[in-house]
Amino acid sequence: MLTYVIRRLLFSILVLFAASILVFWGMSLVTSPLGFLEQQPGVSEQTIQNIKDRKHLDDPIYVRYGNWVRDVFTDKFGTETISDQPIWPDLKRAMGHTVQLIVAAQLLAVLLGVAIGVYSALRQYSAVDYAATMFSFVGLAMPVFWLALMLQVLFVNIYLWFDVRIFYVASLNSVDPGTGIHFVLDRAQHLALPIIVLAVAGLASYSRFMRAAMLEVVNSDYVRTARAKGLDERRVTMKHAFRNALIPLITLLAIDFGAILSGAVVTESVFALDGMGLYFLTKLNAGDPYPVMAFLMVTAVLVVVFNLIADLAYGWLDPRVRLE
Amino acid sequence: MTVCATRSTPSRERVPDPVLSIDELTVEFETEDGIVHAVTDVTYDLFPGETLGIVGESGSGKSVSVMTMLGLIPQPPGRVVRGEARYGERDLLKMPTKELRKIRGGEIAMIFQDPMTSLNPVFTIGNQISEAIETHNPGMGDKAAHQRTIELLELVGVPFAERRVNQYPHEFSGGMRQRAMIAMAIANDPRILIADEPTTALDVTIQAQIVEVMKAAQEETHAATILITHDLGLIAELADRVVVMYAGRVVELADVYEIFNSPRHPYTVGLMNSLARLDADLEWLDPIPGQPPSMISPPPGCAFHPRCVHSQGRAVCRTDIPELRPIGDSGKHVSACHFAEELAAKDVVGALVEEPS
Amino acid sequence: MSERSAQPVPDPFSPAVTAGGAVAGDIELSHESGLDLKARSQWAYARIRFFRHKLAVISLFVLAFAAIVAVFADQIAPYGFDEFDFEHIVAAPTLDGWHIFGTDQLGRDYLSRVIYGLRTSLWVALLVASVATVLGTIVGAVAGYYGGVVDNILMRLVDLILVVPFLAVLLVLSAYLGQGKPIRVGIIVALLIWTGLARIVRGTFLSLREKEFVEAARAAGAGDMRIMFRHMLPSTVGPIVVTMTLLIAVAILLEAALSFLGFGVQPPTPALGKLIGEGAGEGFSSWWLVTFPGVVIVTLALAVNFIGDGLRDALDPQQRTRA
Repeated sequence: MLTYVIRRLLFSILVLFAASILVFWGMSLVTSPLGFLEQQPGVSEQTIQNIKDRKHLDDPIYVRYGNWVRDVFTDKFGTETISDQPIWPDLKRAMGHTVQLIVAAQLLAVLLGVAIGVYSALRQYSAVDYAATMFSFVGLAMPVFWLALMLQVLFVNIYLWFDVRIFYVASLNSVDPGTGIHFVLDRAQHLALPIIVLAVAGLASYSRFMRAAMLEVVNSDYVRTARAKGLDERRVTMKHAFRNALIPLITLLAIDFGAILSGAVVTESVFALDGMGLYFLTKLNAGDPYPVMAFLMVTAVLVVVFNLIADLAYGWLDPRVRLE
Repeated sequence: MTVCATRSTPSRERVPDPVLSIDELTVEFETEDGIVHAVTDVTYDLFPGETLGIVGESGSGKSVSVMTMLGLIPQPPGRVVRGEARYGERDLLKMPTKELRKIRGGEIAMIFQDPMTSLNPVFTIGNQISEAIETHNPGMGDKAAHQRTIELLELVGVPFAERRVNQYPHEFSGGMRQRAMIAMAIANDPRILIADEPTTALDVTIQAQIVEVMKAAQEETHAATILITHDLGLIAELADRVVVMYAGRVVELADVYEIFNSPRHPYTVGLMNSLARLDADLEWLDPIPGQPPSMISPPPGCAFHPRCVHSQGRAVCRTDIPELRPIGDSGKHVSACHFAEELAAKDVVGALVEEPS
Repeated sequence: MSERSAQPVPDPFSPAVTAGGAVAGDIELSHESGLDLKARSQWAYARIRFFRHKLAVISLFVLAFAAIVAVFADQIAPYGFDEFDFEHIVAAPTLDGWHIFGTDQLGRDYLSRVIYGLRTSLWVALLVASVATVLGTIVGAVAGYYGGVVDNILMRLVDLILVVPFLAVLLVLSAYLGQGKPIRVGIIVALLIWTGLARIVRGTFLSLREKEFVEAARAAGAGDMRIMFRHMLPSTVGPIVVTMTLLIAVAILLEAALSFLGFGVQPPTPALGKLIGEGAGEGFSSWWLVTFPGVVIVTLALAVNFIGDGLRDALDPQQRTRA
């Protein structure tokens, strides 16, 4: 077991390095951090050359890559090209906000999704089942940003017509949120809509998945044996069926992380939240590769970590897989 | 040597009252393509201590009657149209689920065909057997149940039971798993043991072992056993009486010797004739011609008539469903054929009587 | 010697056996035995199963309608997509002048804009799905067929692509390459979603590889290419078609997201996502600018998903449904 984990970790590190090289090379082709500076009439050639010297921007690519790797470990991703602002503090702050958003959304999606999925499977073809299926299909067909916008429209109009602010439609906090519980409530009111938006797609996906998994399990031979043993329905469902149906969901959760992050990028953009997504978009538009690289590597690490956790959880839940 | 000569134990003396009585059980299933008449007017008794074999092809309804009786058939799409399953004073078919559950796995236990898929892969063998024990013995503690589980595993011949009790199903071989299933079934000293194709999914060599285990289980529990199978060899080894089913109906019911030596239904005759023989020099195997019938629209009259050599096209076979009638003097042999007596006269199964070469 | 009765086993299907007045023959007997002898081809069964899905059939009509509108946009759209009308800026939907969807900030008729946007989105989505399918099939087939080292390398490559979240990479690439032509956008999107299909094809090929008919083909001297394409590929058509349909839906949504964020197709070509993006900037009272393109996207994606579901049931009834 331990050897498996170590083997996976080592391999993941390899993958991360390969990914970083690929991305770095791609970025160097795609971006020119000084591009827009060079277009400004007021900026002298000397200023630009100074920046280039300071950041070693004229060095060959492998040197720049080497510098970047060094910066990652020694200087926490280094600094931005033009402004010289350290990258990590900004990124860390943004990350914190995004984590709040993603964790809350996933929790909501998983808990509700599993509940609905199980219920739909046990009461197949009932009204709830049909409603849930319809909802899932629609939820998966809806672009995240559109849902975000529609909710914004709805709640802004509620405010305009009824003069009641239920949920906020932009930014993380109001101007003066106060401290302690007031702060938390204020944050909650602001994050509510983004969380709902992000949770919808996950909810749709997980409920369908759980339903299918439960149906398959509920008709299996071992559930029949459990019934033949005289166990009551609840035990049969919860202990025997549910446990087995849950296993593939775990893998799904981990794999989904990349998609969730993409959704978060879009949602943050619409709701103007100070998170990783917005950070990424802003720096991308500015054309500075270093913060963008930092973002990509951080997310890559997270994806790898989640995949590893999923594999381990899978092994823990399903004894058949454990003999690695 | 005949197939039957391997049985050495004489048939047991029967106590008059059956422990289980199935009477005119009729079950239908609603499907997209129509109504499937899974079993129709199935009637048989099970006496204490005996082994009743139920033989038939796949789809003949062998399992449906017992599964329905235990409430294991989902209703819908299944439906009990009529019939009784009398266990003691009660009718199992009309019993509320809560009470039926107390009987399931307790007084009436079942062993299924494929032990790999019939055992939950994420729980240990011990966990699953203990679960059966504790469900029917609520007072018993975990430790006591665990101890009993180990005893049961030893009884069915699982080596190193103390260690293996904590293993998972995929760590057991096929034969071991089936032994574990048997252990689980006899855990609560059942009065009736039902084995649904217990050896079909196993290798031939393992089958012999499992037969021994089943005999041991019967010795231990003195349970009446219903053995559902299409393997006539198994029937010969284990069964006291045999029910032959075709197209959802009982077509013959008799002592095992009579079934093999003097079958009185053309289908049974066909089955016996189609056996491969060690003692005879056959040039061809002799299968029953034709295909099993559709259970949605079975042939009119006797369901077997399209494949029946003995009907010879007689009209009654095509129009009237034959009733189960007693044949011969003993009254214990019944057959559902319009011309069952003719079979007694003809020497159609002469080969099964001992005849030195 | 066997003492069996010497009579030969009578043939129950012969006329003698069924004598009783009626003319015997196979047909009568099989009717009597209740067998349904109508033979159908595999595709006929698939078709029957597909048409049992009411939603899938409805979606087929919806999609056909959308396709017609897209192809004949020039004839159907009441106005050109860049016809300015400064007298009617940001007008709510009205029957006056057939501005059923209202107008936008430059007075352009929104219905026409949406129609042309629909055309762009459909065309890009189809392009994406085709490229992704071809790429995914080839890679998956090669990986699954050869197995071993080749498989390992290819799957590591797939892992690599999956590790970095693809919207991010999408944006990065499109920031550079995507300015303008739908084709470029399409190829970029395709490059990142082909992996799912590759996985599925690889899985199928890996299991097919062990089957006897492949060994037989090899024994008969067939080369690798021939085995892959003539023998193994037909069995995978089912899952490929189903996945491709789902890829179309994904492509529609991805392209919309891209154009919404400002990358992807550039003006003046309208794209549904871009329309929403531009409309969002107008504030929340001109709801039609955001709503209509979105509804079209949702309808398209829904229809494609339903069809994919129906196809899955038709072509591959045992496959476990994901979402």
